[in-house]
Amino acid sequence: MEGITLDLLALQIFTGLALGAIYVLMALGMSLLFGMLTVVNFAHGAFYMVGAYVAVALLGLGANFWVCLFFAPILVGLLGMLVERVLIRPLYGRGIDYPLLLTFGLSYVMIEAVRILFGTTGISFDTPDVLVGAADIGIGYFPIYRLFVIGVAAAAVLGLWLFLERTPYGLIIRAGARDPQIVRILGIDVGRVWLVVFGIGTGLAALAGMLAAPLQGASPEMGDSVLAIAFVVTVVGGMGSLLGAVLAGLLVGVVVSLASLFAPEMAQVSIFALMAVVLIIRPQGFFGRAGLMS
Amino acid sequence: MTAMLTVEGMNAWYGPSHILQGVDLEVRRGEIVCLIGRNGAGKTTTLRTIMGLVDRSTGRVVFEGQDLMKRPAHIRNRLGLGYVPEERRIVSGLTVRENLRLGLLASAVKRPERVVIDEVATIFPRLAERLDQTAITMSGGEQQMLAIARATVSQPKLLMLDEPSEGIMPVLVDEMFELFGRMRDGGTTILLVEQNVELALALGDRAYVMDGGGIVHHANSAALLADEATKERYCSV
Repeated sequence: MEGITLDLLALQIFTGLALGAIYVLMALGMSLLFGMLTVVNFAHGAFYMVGAYVAVALLGLGANFWVCLFFAPILVGLLGMLVERVLIRPLYGRGIDYPLLLTFGLSYVMIEAVRILFGTTGISFDTPDVLVGAADIGIGYFPIYRLFVIGVAAAAVLGLWLFLERTPYGLIIRAGARDPQIVRILGIDVGRVWLVVFGIGTGLAALAGMLAAPLQGASPEMGDSVLAIAFVVTVVGGMGSLLGAVLAGLLVGVVVSLASLFAPEMAQVSIFALMAVVLIIRPQGFFGRAGLMS
Repeated sequence: MTAMLTVEGMNAWYGPSHILQGVDLEVRRGEIVCLIGRNGAGKTTTLRTIMGLVDRSTGRVVFEGQDLMKRPAHIRNRLGLGYVPEERRIVSGLTVRENLRLGLLASAVKRPERVVIDEVATIFPRLAERLDQTAITMSGGEQQMLAIARATVSQPKLLMLDEPSEGIMPVLVDEMFELFGRMRDGGTTILLVEQNVELALALGDRAYVMDGGGIVHHANSAALLADEATKERYCSV
């Protein structure tokens, strides 16, 4: 273990935060969908992957990175809204397993569609020039793009929080998550709210996929492993809790990152060990069911 | 007086159970109509079915000339039907202000929030002191006040109240019933389900008695208040 200095450890933790930022975006969307709609979205990884491929397609049309960053989540969010309206909506009130099975099947359809359109091999995705290189962050040099990922995720979390806490629509979403019936009694069409929530959740997944593409390229299967991790994060943070998703996402990122420094072969297993420990001590997760933002 | 709400042959089911078996009643503009009867008689289900919250129901519900049966609950609210459910349904995690705001969001009459809050403050001073408190931490009586305020900030034409006195200190109950009287004077029509029969009948104009999922008796409140035999038969516990 010689050679592991404090600076190296700190850098590795920072790398973990960048990784965790991606997980946070994934888990936020999953947690939102579960907390509000009780939909366990098995297609969340596929939306993540499609986010990266929509960016690939937009780049092919001549768009630059920034246009992709803005439009890929929006386009995928619209796709998510279409899926909610056409496929998920008829299943509300039928129990948790119906949308679960549907989204599970949907993920295969989406992956296959991308294979047909873009091929089965991965596609590399260039980091934009201004974000190439490393910056001195005091403890050593750190890739600028990873800092950028942390920044974008932080901005997305802040934006989502402001939207939920400070806008009338956010108020309806928070109330609807806890008691959809009283929201209807007060004259509000909850169905329309669910549509928007689905759009936000899938849009966040697409943002995560698009941000991950320059780190690992885009491939039809890129969402599979992230989906499993996002489930872990959602469970550790507490189903339906956004604060939990943020903390657990960063924690899981750091755990993976440190594990790959000390025992690379244990990196994947460490996530599930963490989940097991949390579930034994606190079965509902960090902030399970305490509420969306509380 | 013209009928504001007409219910004819209304049936409702919870799963396989046939709860309401042909309910007929009428509420006229400007009156307080009491719906009384034992637990399980179908009073709450009647209100829920009028509001559109029961999955399976048949019959006719006409409100201000509009057939409600095919309309979802949120549209019924926007047509002017207010409902304060039995469990009050104060949304946990939201402040008093946010609960009120929720009541205002879909309101047909757009009024500034400040004006509405001022108005609520004059009627419920206790709520005004707690605007930014998490609503669920308030006492049962205060929560009931909030539930009523939340249902009325959109100025419904007909307000349906389910057991407003339940679990509330007697002094507050009196205060609340005085408020219902003032609301009627101010033009709000009320359909009131109440376990406290004497109090309800003393306030109301007319009353329907329910038993076994149907209306079994209908009278002026004053007449029913004096009719010990009927009260004994259908309302004593």
